[in-house]
Amino acid sequence: MSDDLVNIEINGRPVQARKGQMLIQATDASGDYVPRFCYHDKLPIAANCRMCLVEVEKAPKPLPACATPVAEGMKIFTKSPKAIAAQKAVMEFLLINHPLDCPICDQGGECELQDLAVGFGRDVSRYAERKRVVKDKDIGPLVSTDMTRCIHCTRCVRFTSEIQGFQELGTCGRGEHVEIGTFIEKSVEHELSGNIIDLCPVGALNNKPYRYSARAWEMTQQPLISPHDSVGTNLFAHVLRGRVMRVVPRVNEDVNENWIADRDRYSYEGLYSDDRLHKPLMRDGDRWLEVDWQTALNSVAEKLNAVISQDARQIGVIAAPTLTLEEAYLTQRIARGVGSNNLDHRLKRVDFSDQHYDPVFPWLGCSITELEQANSVLLIGSNLRKEAPLLAHRIRKAAVKKGAQVSFINTHIYKYLFPVAGYLASNGMGMVDHLAAVVAAAVQAKGIAAPPSVHALLQHVQLNDTHRAIAAQLSSGERQLILMGVLAQRDGAFAQLRALAAALSQITGAQLGYIADGGNSVAAHLAGVLPHRGVAGESLPVSGLNVVEMLEAKLKSYLVVGSIEAEDLPAGAVASMRTHGHVISLSSYASAKAYADIILPTATFAETSGTYVNLEGRWQSVPGAAKPLGESRPAWKVLRVLGNLLNLSNFDYESSEQVRDELQQQTGSVIADNRYQNTSAVTRYSTVSADEVQLYNVDAVVRRATALQLTSEALQAKVGVQA
Amino acid sequence: MKSIFKTLFLSELCQGLYITARQFFARPHVVVQYPEEKTPQSPRFRGLHAQRRYANGQERCIACKLCEAVCPALAITIESGVSDDGTRRTTRYDIDLFKCIFCGFCEEACPVDAIVETRIHEYHMENRGENIMTKDKLLAVGDKFEAMIAADKAADARYR
Repeated sequence: MSDDLVNIEINGRPVQARKGQMLIQATDASGDYVPRFCYHDKLPIAANCRMCLVEVEKAPKPLPACATPVAEGMKIFTKSPKAIAAQKAVMEFLLINHPLDCPICDQGGECELQDLAVGFGRDVSRYAERKRVVKDKDIGPLVSTDMTRCIHCTRCVRFTSEIQGFQELGTCGRGEHVEIGTFIEKSVEHELSGNIIDLCPVGALNNKPYRYSARAWEMTQQPLISPHDSVGTNLFAHVLRGRVMRVVPRVNEDVNENWIADRDRYSYEGLYSDDRLHKPLMRDGDRWLEVDWQTALNSVAEKLNAVISQDARQIGVIAAPTLTLEEAYLTQRIARGVGSNNLDHRLKRVDFSDQHYDPVFPWLGCSITELEQANSVLLIGSNLRKEAPLLAHRIRKAAVKKGAQVSFINTHIYKYLFPVAGYLASNGMGMVDHLAAVVAAAVQAKGIAAPPSVHALLQHVQLNDTHRAIAAQLSSGERQLILMGVLAQRDGAFAQLRALAAALSQITGAQLGYIADGGNSVAAHLAGVLPHRGVAGESLPVSGLNVVEMLEAKLKSYLVVGSIEAEDLPAGAVASMRTHGHVISLSSYASAKAYADIILPTATFAETSGTYVNLEGRWQSVPGAAKPLGESRPAWKVLRVLGNLLNLSNFDYESSEQVRDELQQQTGSVIADNRYQNTSAVTRYSTVSADEVQLYNVDAVVRRATALQLTSEALQAKVGVQA
Repeated sequence: MKSIFKTLFLSELCQGLYITARQFFARPHVVVQYPEEKTPQSPRFRGLHAQRRYANGQERCIACKLCEAVCPALAITIESGVSDDGTRRTTRYDIDLFKCIFCGFCEEACPVDAIVETRIHEYHMENRGENIMTKDKLLAVGDKFEAMIAADKAADARYR
């Protein structure tokens, strides 16, 4: 037995608890439920609801279990008459001002106050005076408020100050006049702010787009994985009659804890936008004809076969990075099966010069939970809060709780809500200059020669103290990370940045990691949706064309898989695709009309079974939650039929699991490894700047989420204001 | 011996015929000449459904979906949303009369006395699909028979 354990007694049973634990943690661990409103295990303790009062021997009055630390020999009674009487009294006080509007409250049926009122409330109120009424506040398009229902647990206030990092909500007034609000009328804007809905134990804060549309008890809960960033956030879709009504977090401590980004919570609105396709469409001159699947598929096969019979290399396959693993794999099988290596999913990348040194898949370099343990992190080209809000939260935890040194090298100054050790942006220098300077500083400090790949880049660097500080920060400590963000991967000088980052990693011993660009691009890498690599990173004798080359080459046939819109493609892509030949699109939305000749309507992420691989390399499969709209079908089924129509062998998959298992056998030996093997000098220097990551413009589904598009974040991005 | 005697003189048959003959000449007491005559109804009679409005014309139903949840026959289908004035209202309220077992649970569950079962039991339908009581039909029934519904509710109120 170690010294930090104390012996206590809960309801007469001896229990051991860690020193410093609160009573409620000990009672939770032992399975003795204590009612609570304000206590939440992810938030700091406030002890202001008083619902968790328990009796402790020798204490003159009941004590709040959430704010009383355990002590040796304590005897706790959670269900003694004194404890129950205290809890009932608190409940009576809470109900004094709580309106009796459960029938119209969206929280009805899943309300903590409702549940506990059944256990601890009186059936008839003794209170006959006036109840207080609080004016509702407008805190933006995402969260609806009914402030009269508020019981002032301050969970939302503590969330905004402790988890988000900037306090958007607070309390005004005292006693009966306490009100939760934003002080000055404004909207709640943080990218995780939707979580206050789940935290609110009553119906004061609710999901605005979902308002009044369904009740908790009539929906079924289906697991989903978010396709909007590469974190692989675990979600639950709440489905009513085949339709997603709302999305809530699915707790997974290793990935998203119990938080989700607003993008994941509200994107479901995009599933039911007006321009969802219900039937296959074929272009007929300027008109669009609705056709049946048979006609559309036969016509696709006919068009593709005509090109294949002449030169299969005239087929270019562009896949969305949000496709499921199965869809990506089947896309790859079709492309390679007909004899074309022109296959890519890296739609935003511009520098492909060192793609042969890409890792098999862009790995974070550690697990997501390990991010919290990092001593020092250098992010290169990353607008982290927009690329992966939950990773930003993890790094914030490392910086705030563990005092990690976090530095950035970016082209712009982005706002971060934690102490940043060093921020290198512009100042007349590009990211490459800054990174080269950091490498040079590390070389100086360590006295080791720089690797040959970066010799040329280290000429004429100008060092300043920040460069030296970052180099020193990465050289000390136990867990250091260098993360290449999405902006770095989209930069015209990605090859240089990577060579330098790899050199820095080699010199300082820091782990190199990537924040994968696109929701499921790790899966696309594993499935071989790349021009130069097959399944599981297998190297190919001949490389095909990457997405930029494919569009420049003006091929005869393009197969676009996934809801890709003109915005997702490089500039001028639509014109290039429509030069000769035809474009076949598997899309959920009518926006594919901009470039396609035949559109096969496919199901969205919520309507298809499939697997997502996150940036740690974690495989997560979901069975599909909602019913595909109209005649749209899951893309893996469409691809399967297409494979058969193109006479490809072994294309008789009966389930997406079968596809996954086939691929899993081939990728079983893949190990996450970000080591950079290049030894030749990297010199080419392009100044194409990266395409900004806009929080609510990442894919077709998010673009159609009405509420997200009404946030000030989205509106500012539309007019080009940098937040 | 006794049974042989009974069988021989058909005494049981005669007994039966005596009852028949008596009823044949007596004035009928039980048969109600429907539809000219009707049996008295309780104010609690559970017949055709209706939705009520408040005196100011606002519909009572707040789309809490408790009736849908309590319905043992799954006869009620509700879709809800935010109405123009920001209140919680149904956008669809269907009762399938073929599924309904007229148990009256919906009426019991309703927190605002919106859905009621009226004393109307004489109705029919001629086409498939007419068995679905939509929100408009329910409100129309409610509007037409509000006086009767209110009187029945008042009569029953003291027992609640």
